[in-house]
Amino acid sequence: MASEPRTMFDKIWARHRVLEREDGQTLLYVDRHLVHDGSAPAFEMLRARGIAPRSPERIFATPDHYVPTDTRDVAEIANLEHRGMVEALERHAKESGFRLFGLKDGGQGIVHVVGPETGLSQPGMLIVCGDSHTSTHGALGALAFGIGSTEVAHVLGTQTLWQRKPRTMRITVTGRLGFGVTAKDVILAIIAEIGAAGASGHAIEYAGSAITGLSMEGRLTLCNMSIEAGGRAGMVAPDETTFAYLKGREYAPADWDLAVARWRELPSDPDAVFDREVILDGSAIAPMVTWGNSPEDALPITATLPDPALEPDAERAATIRANFDYMGLSADMALTEIRVDRVFIGSCTNGRIEDLRAAAEVARGRSVAPGVTAWVVPGSAPVKRQAEAEGLDRIFTEAGFAWREAGCSMCLGTNGEIAAPGERVASTSNRNFRGRQGPGARTHLLGPAMAAAAAVTGYLTDVRQMMAQA
Amino acid sequence: MEAFRTLRSGAVPFARSNIDTDQILPARFLSRPRDDNHGAYLFRDLRLNPDGNEVTDFPLNQAHWRDARIVLGGRNFACGSSRENAVWALYDHGVRAVIAPSFGDIFANNSVKNGMLAVTLPEEIVASLIAQSVAEPGCEIAIDLPAQTITGPDGAVHRFEIDPFAKKSLLEGLDEMAFTLTHAEEIAAFEQRLGRDNF
Repeated sequence: MASEPRTMFDKIWARHRVLEREDGQTLLYVDRHLVHDGSAPAFEMLRARGIAPRSPERIFATPDHYVPTDTRDVAEIANLEHRGMVEALERHAKESGFRLFGLKDGGQGIVHVVGPETGLSQPGMLIVCGDSHTSTHGALGALAFGIGSTEVAHVLGTQTLWQRKPRTMRITVTGRLGFGVTAKDVILAIIAEIGAAGASGHAIEYAGSAITGLSMEGRLTLCNMSIEAGGRAGMVAPDETTFAYLKGREYAPADWDLAVARWRELPSDPDAVFDREVILDGSAIAPMVTWGNSPEDALPITATLPDPALEPDAERAATIRANFDYMGLSADMALTEIRVDRVFIGSCTNGRIEDLRAAAEVARGRSVAPGVTAWVVPGSAPVKRQAEAEGLDRIFTEAGFAWREAGCSMCLGTNGEIAAPGERVASTSNRNFRGRQGPGARTHLLGPAMAAAAAVTGYLTDVRQMMAQA
Repeated sequence: MEAFRTLRSGAVPFARSNIDTDQILPARFLSRPRDDNHGAYLFRDLRLNPDGNEVTDFPLNQAHWRDARIVLGGRNFACGSSRENAVWALYDHGVRAVIAPSFGDIFANNSVKNGMLAVTLPEEIVASLIAQSVAEPGCEIAIDLPAQTITGPDGAVHRFEIDPFAKKSLLEGLDEMAFTLTHAEEIAAFEQRLGRDNF
């Protein structure tokens, strides 16, 4: 059946299939196992069995969830449990002999930023990590997905994972994105369209001119939030943009030409059939912002809030009311009337150098509005160094933003960096769940330039009005 | 892992869509060791006021649902973060089965691996079970895993589908890693066949 047209997903799946159980579950071989400081329970599970990681050369680790972003000294982590998580990772790396990008070695960062920027994440690979945003790495044409602690332990012990084959879904975004519209807006528009469970049980392939026109960094943002649409994984076919991005990176293949030749075989065959197809008009997408407590509650910044009284579905109306109650909002408010207390620019969704450049472009020569606390948290130490080399840090600090060290920080606040109850945060992260950025904190998701615009005006703002149109 | 065969219990309803794992187990408890009772953190910020007193109308705080072993969830139940701690919180509280129209993928996987059954049933059936549970709080639902059936308080029997291996794992309390390790030779042969760089 080799002549059957196949999707990229099918090709990668087939190459990693070790064996199949009679019930149809497949044992898949894992090329790269990314590990972070939240992975400690999995190492404990392995230790309880008295076995060591099977393939330490395939494990790459970095502390991100529990590291403070005001110091690079583990000993300065005041919370003993948090320090313990970072120290446990250091200990496990030492015992098992896998590569650790530690706090002080200069390569540390959010695991989903470190993988691509070191060239560890490559087309055709099967990549897993005990974090739901592992879907990020699919931007390079890999099959990458998040797993739970017991599964992390299973991969540590066997270098494999049991999976039932998901269905495939192609999301095609046609046309050209408008002025000031970014990958973050595209993925929020997609989730608003198909819903937070819209891709459940599916591996998504993103296609179309609006997608292939994205930079690698934009594609990473796009694939990052596949999980917020319920997708098992998200991926973009490797192309010249992918190859140019990977070339020369630390872990790029030694035999580059051979690797590229193989990667060119990966894209879905022209006649490949997907279980589901969704098509969106990219030129109709505006800068997006969320107002509720699910990423599906996203609207163009030019919109007004929905009126639950006009909502025909009773459950939906009740959800809108509950969201308004939690978020301190009311029907028919314009999104641009919403005042923010804090701004967070960073996370595995939007903590890359391009994101910081976009935010700095808006912050340049302006000032953070009175009463607003604004943070910029680079996605990795290399991103931080690059930004400093370009002078972005000075643009931010002169405008009144705090310039921090790399980590997950306020995206989920496991390191203690959270907003106060009732505080409203314009955030470039990925989740606006209740309590996500701290108990009672209110999160609005948006792109980096939009976040910077909110910081300087003090309100959710259409950044296009502040940008010089070329 | 504790085996699961049949269960008869009251069922606590959480009808809202998109209840995420951040709500089930807030992030600030993620660094607690596994042997800590995670049931204490279950829905912590919805269950308790900031002063530590119980929110009286939260379902888990109502006498007839305090000991419910079954959770009835809304669409996309336990979406979001991959944190297995969300399953541990439900499990340590005593929950052994969750019934919902759809689940966060990773949560459903995590459930099975901890001996907790996650059953997907059509939306109208879950809605009917929730309606019955609300109308007569504490009424019982019966789950029969070998027969793959759920019997509602009204006596209606609903068949459910489950992955055969997940079923076997639950019934036998199977240790999946031990099972996989019996295939170590095939894994080694795979590596041999495709070399170190299979991509």
